[in-house]
Amino acid sequence: MHARLIHRFLQCLLVAFCLVVTLFATDLRAADDLRAMINALGGGSFQESQKQVEALAKTGDPKIVPALEALSEGDLYQRKADGTVFIVKPAGSNFKLTDALTGDAAGEEAKAALEKVKVNNGLRRVIRAALGGLTLMSPDAGVRLQAASTILRTPSADALEGLDAALAAETDGTVKAVLEKALAASVLVSDRPVDEKKAAIATVVQTGGRDSLSLLSGALLSADESLRPDIEVGIKKIEDQLALWAAGQNIWYGLSLGSVLLLAAIGLAITFGVMGIINMAHGEMVMLGAYTTFVVQQIIRDSYPALFDWSLAIALPLAFLVTGAVGLVMERGIIRFLYGRPLETLLATWGVSLILQQAVRSIFGPTNQEVGNPSWMSGAFDLGGLTITWNRMWIIVFSLAVFGFLLFLLKKTPMGLQMRAVTQNRRMASSMGIRTPWVDALTFALGSGIAGIAGVALSQIDNVSPNLGQGYIIDSFMVVVFGGVGNLWGTLVGAFTLGILNKVLEPYAGAVLGKILVLVLIILFIQKRPRGLFALKGRAVEA
Amino acid sequence: MSINARATGALLAAILSTTAFHGAFAADDTIKVGILHSLSGTMAISETTLKDAMLMLIEEQNKKGGLLGKKLEAVVVDPASDWPLFAEKARELVSVNKVSAVFGCWTSVSRKSVLPVFEELNSVLFYPVQYEGEESQRNVFYTGAAPNQQAIPAVDYLAENEGVERWVLAGTDYVYPRTTNKILEAYLISKGVKPEDIMINYTPFGHSDWQTIVSDIKKFGSAGKKTAVVSTINGDANVPFYKELGNQGVKAEDIPVVAFSVGEEELAGLDTTPLVGHLAAWNYFQSVDNPANAEFIKTWKAFTKNDKRVTNDPMEAHYIGFNMWLKAVEKAGTTDTDAVLDAMIGVSVPNLSGGYSTMMPNHHITKPVLIGEIQADGQFETVWETPGLVVGDEWSDFLPDSKDLIADWRKPLECGNFNVATGKCGGKGS
Repeated sequence: MHARLIHRFLQCLLVAFCLVVTLFATDLRAADDLRAMINALGGGSFQESQKQVEALAKTGDPKIVPALEALSEGDLYQRKADGTVFIVKPAGSNFKLTDALTGDAAGEEAKAALEKVKVNNGLRRVIRAALGGLTLMSPDAGVRLQAASTILRTPSADALEGLDAALAAETDGTVKAVLEKALAASVLVSDRPVDEKKAAIATVVQTGGRDSLSLLSGALLSADESLRPDIEVGIKKIEDQLALWAAGQNIWYGLSLGSVLLLAAIGLAITFGVMGIINMAHGEMVMLGAYTTFVVQQIIRDSYPALFDWSLAIALPLAFLVTGAVGLVMERGIIRFLYGRPLETLLATWGVSLILQQAVRSIFGPTNQEVGNPSWMSGAFDLGGLTITWNRMWIIVFSLAVFGFLLFLLKKTPMGLQMRAVTQNRRMASSMGIRTPWVDALTFALGSGIAGIAGVALSQIDNVSPNLGQGYIIDSFMVVVFGGVGNLWGTLVGAFTLGILNKVLEPYAGAVLGKILVLVLIILFIQKRPRGLFALKGRAVEA
Repeated sequence: MSINARATGALLAAILSTTAFHGAFAADDTIKVGILHSLSGTMAISETTLKDAMLMLIEEQNKKGGLLGKKLEAVVVDPASDWPLFAEKARELVSVNKVSAVFGCWTSVSRKSVLPVFEELNSVLFYPVQYEGEESQRNVFYTGAAPNQQAIPAVDYLAENEGVERWVLAGTDYVYPRTTNKILEAYLISKGVKPEDIMINYTPFGHSDWQTIVSDIKKFGSAGKKTAVVSTINGDANVPFYKELGNQGVKAEDIPVVAFSVGEEELAGLDTTPLVGHLAAWNYFQSVDNPANAEFIKTWKAFTKNDKRVTNDPMEAHYIGFNMWLKAVEKAGTTDTDAVLDAMIGVSVPNLSGGYSTMMPNHHITKPVLIGEIQADGQFETVWETPGLVVGDEWSDFLPDSKDLIADWRKPLECGNFNVATGKCGGKGS
């Protein structure tokens, strides 16, 4: 009895042991296979790598996700000595290695001992599709949503099975909606039956937007005869929607261009508009503002990287002070001797502009400097059918804020009152005890300072090079003259009118002809109304 | 050239050389090399680097003992991005400073402006930038790429490897993009691309508001066929263009942009993370891995005393051109223009992408063509290269009025626009 029990027990033990061993072995073999497949990513041509990635995706094993992500980021390297592939992170002159499958640290290696696993666009596309399929069943809803959106953008018949399974198991409403769209898109490119495709077309049409249009146009090229009318009607419907949004988009672009013009011109509206100084160095003030931003970002990058998102806020007052100071020196040193002599002022300020350009070129070099966009200035969001980029939106907001600030300063503060008094009737103002030379200097410094903070904003969308200012000087004068010299509201209306006019013409006439047309229109307008949109009336004009 | 012009030229040269006798004194113990690159104005951004590269090459050569037992001396002038001033400065270099060869120009319009000067004064110009072709001049050596060494292989790559069927040809509005796009359009149509699948767009110099054009590209790209942008956008306008692409979310995987005027130098002012995967076609990348290039980069960083300076394709073109000139002068035993012009053809020197470049009878050189993808660190990674060297084709085979023309400056033909159909010298461009 006792012996039988022991025998049974031993038998059980043996069976269990065998089971464990076989399980362990298959697991090991699977891991070995995966490792071999991942190692095979290195060294081959892009076509071979693509096949490897597709084969890896077929295993459906989530363990390969980190390796594929690293490959698409260009962080996957192969050790030259034994051909093993690792995920690497640069650490000084070495690379820190991480095991591609387990994620364990695997020591360090000199850069020269490793060779990068090369990746190109085609390979990245394949990886993106593979990752979409692999992460569909992830426990994290955010990851699932991303996977579903990826498949929606790159639909393929291969993804159908996974999508069906995922859709059945999905509980989250948002993810489910995207999954349904992705499924419809994938059905459209697959060889499923016609009625299923018809339903899919309806879903795609309902989704709308540029991507759906692209999908339908693609499907039309190879569609079954019975599906054609459906697709064509769908395309027509989406195109009509898009055409409506396109008009709105043009207006938005116009507002955006207008805000840039406003920013560039608003400083000039003070120095030229209010004071009557033809300031050819205005563009260079904008440039100095942009370089201040660059210097601030450099310091932040080197010493306080955490503050990077605040770099523009820090650069703003500094740019105002720097360019304001330059403006003050210019007015005291040169311009005050030339009041009432526009030609000499023009030549002198033009000379200053050349000196400033060359000075910046000598200090910082002639090449473009990199000014980064803080995270809140990067990317875009969709508003209906409009794509609105964050940097453009903030620049519109910023330009209006600067305008409001300036208006307040001129209309509601004692300093603004003195400025207006001096520019309208210098002798009278002087008799009232206003120190006119001092007010002149401050007004010019204010105009220059405003140009400087415009430079901070423009550094976000344009080159930061010594030539930055030259691109804006003509446009600035155009806006101020068009809007009416001496009137801030004129500058505002002028800037937005020119911006929208330019952007409405551009799709029809092209960028080059559009610009010429705008110029011609302005010339005709100035012929009719030499004092611009909002002409100053009264004695001040004649003075 | 008329006798009158020659006499005036000689007279002018005589007057200039008497007023500037200072230059004539030093002429005996050094060989002078002229550098004609803008150091101020719009093009300074690109050309200053080339001036520095030339100074470095000359310094290095002097360390090796100079040329024909004499030291080389660089004469630098600044044409200030002002095209007519290029011609004046070129005349000054040749007539006053008595330079033996000039290395310079960037834009095609500046090259066109100096051509008559080099012809009249019979001197040598090395032009280092990729250009539109349709030219071959007796006194000029073109060390940059002709369209068939850059544009056409790039289009082939996209069509074959990325399956592109719809093309946006976007360029700055001047002669290089217009001619290149004309050639590309003819080439694509000859390959069976339908005219409605090609969109051509031009923008002014320094264009900074790309919102409309980028959204047009997106619209053009949603016709269900794979779309790519071929960009001949030049200079400063590229930075806002790429920023707008990044912000509007145009990814290289969806609509790749291949550029012919964007190199390491242009990317230096840009955060390239959103641009990874966009392409450029050149004959050299800084990332090319070979000992000659590593040495060149090391010397360059030491010369500029700046560890962050990058090298680029036109610099390599100057490197090739300068070494070719050295070899030709040694072969001829003199810096005399006619002897050097004869000796140049057939000269072969190592390039920095790991092979040899040879000067062909049409005054263009052989080069490999590389296609690179932009990386997050602002460098390019080569994803494709031509199996062998490509000979620069000065007269495009894809334009109706230049397909019969060839250039051959060897004796006895000595013609830059020989028409093989009529058998006469003097086709287009004479």
